[in-house]
Amino acid sequence: MISLDQHKDALNQSGIEMLELCKKQLSNAREAFFSHDSDLAEEVLHTENRVNALDLKIDRDCERFIALHNPVASDLRFVLALRKINFDLERVGDHAFGISNYIVEIDTPISQDLLDEMKVEEMFDAALSMLDDITGAYISTDTKKARKVFKKDKTLNKININAFSIIAKGVKRDPLLIEQYLLLFSVIKKLERIGDLVTNIAEEIIFFREAEVLKHRKRKGTRKKKDE
Amino acid sequence: MVKKDKEKLIDKSIKRQHKLTANGVRVFYDNFEAIRGIDMNIKANKVTAFIGPSGCGKSTFLRLFNRMNDYIEGFRLEGEILIDGENIYKKKVNVEQLRKQVGMVFQKPNPFPKSIYENVAYGLKIQGIKDKKFLMEKVVDSLKQVTLWEEVKNDLNKSALALSGGQQQRLCIARTLAVEPSIILMDEPTSALDPLSTAKIEELIFELKNKYTIIIVTHNMQQAARISDRTAFFYMGDLIEYDSTKKIFTNPEKKQTENYITGRFG
Repeated sequence: MISLDQHKDALNQSGIEMLELCKKQLSNAREAFFSHDSDLAEEVLHTENRVNALDLKIDRDCERFIALHNPVASDLRFVLALRKINFDLERVGDHAFGISNYIVEIDTPISQDLLDEMKVEEMFDAALSMLDDITGAYISTDTKKARKVFKKDKTLNKININAFSIIAKGVKRDPLLIEQYLLLFSVIKKLERIGDLVTNIAEEIIFFREAEVLKHRKRKGTRKKKDE
Repeated sequence: MVKKDKEKLIDKSIKRQHKLTANGVRVFYDNFEAIRGIDMNIKANKVTAFIGPSGCGKSTFLRLFNRMNDYIEGFRLEGEILIDGENIYKKKVNVEQLRKQVGMVFQKPNPFPKSIYENVAYGLKIQGIKDKKFLMEKVVDSLKQVTLWEEVKNDLNKSALALSGGQQQRLCIARTLAVEPSIILMDEPTSALDPLSTAKIEELIFELKNKYTIIIVTHNMQQAARISDRTAFFYMGDLIEYDSTKKIFTNPEKKQTENYITGRFG
């Protein structure tokens, strides 16, 4: 018989594994994107199978955990949060896959001027740093780290909003660049979505630790104290 | 207890007030302190669950409300227990009258070795009620309340001991209801029953709270979570946490409560 704590530990480990895996996928996608390394991009495409398999495993284990242990209070919050975190991470993995797919499909690298103008590198860095924050928050269950991502997500949103007018101007200036712009726009959209997903994960970590629901709340920075 | 007091006890108009109050209650069995200073208010028409590991004092505390501890040697109470504002440990209180107001259901079904009818009518008969029509009405009404009527309506003269465990327990609840209490104390009423009978008793408890104030001691955490409005967690004679059941089972304030409900100690 597996005890509740053993089962919870195993689930927690799977959660960490999923976080590390998806972070690696995104950082590989970033490297492949900037170095135009289609081999590395292919590797991301292949690794997607592992992400999907781990996603299914965590789902199944969460279901078993609930069925076998009837968790309540923090155990219940943990398993509910993990299911959502897992779902969101799988989507992060999908976006890394999507970005790598572009790299495999397109022939010529995108010009550095365009990349700088659209602040793509800044977006990648912000998204990866957010993933770092939530990994730290998840492992050390430090909600302060989780709260950091809300601010960083705003950077991503801002770049995403500005991208629209930059593209409109750029295309008018040089219509031949439209394909590159469109591709960059897709990548930016994906990174912006990753920011949203990581924000959701941070909310889930806070829900699990502090029983505080931040979903759909505008000001997420304020903190409720809990008497331990 | 004089008649005037009796009427006060079953006054159902005080729905919003505290039905039961414990003020600074300490219980001793000789030198052992079983309850170590508990204050608690219980509202009318609510189900309150008492949880805690064995020996934490929850059953002792429950039995204070109908003075079932009085018979235990060395029992001593400090503080006061109020029902509808009346101290039930005052000298002039008629304990039999009190137990009519405060019914009790035990862990093991304990029907008398008599017929089903006699079991339910017993409490009324010992009060001296002889009107057969009235008795029958009461028996039918009580059996209907516990949803046992359809199952036994043709066998009222059969021995209660022939019923299944779940039916016997519902019969015991019917026997309690027949004397029209306003409070029902339940000491692990489903721990000897199978899941289906348990579910029936749980549904019944949910129905009964419209009319009665119910306190239930249970070791089944999920049961406490399902049926009670408020939950009290006891440990070593102390009341550790007493809050809405929703709060206790989703985000308890105290670490001890959390450890107990998640099965980590106790």
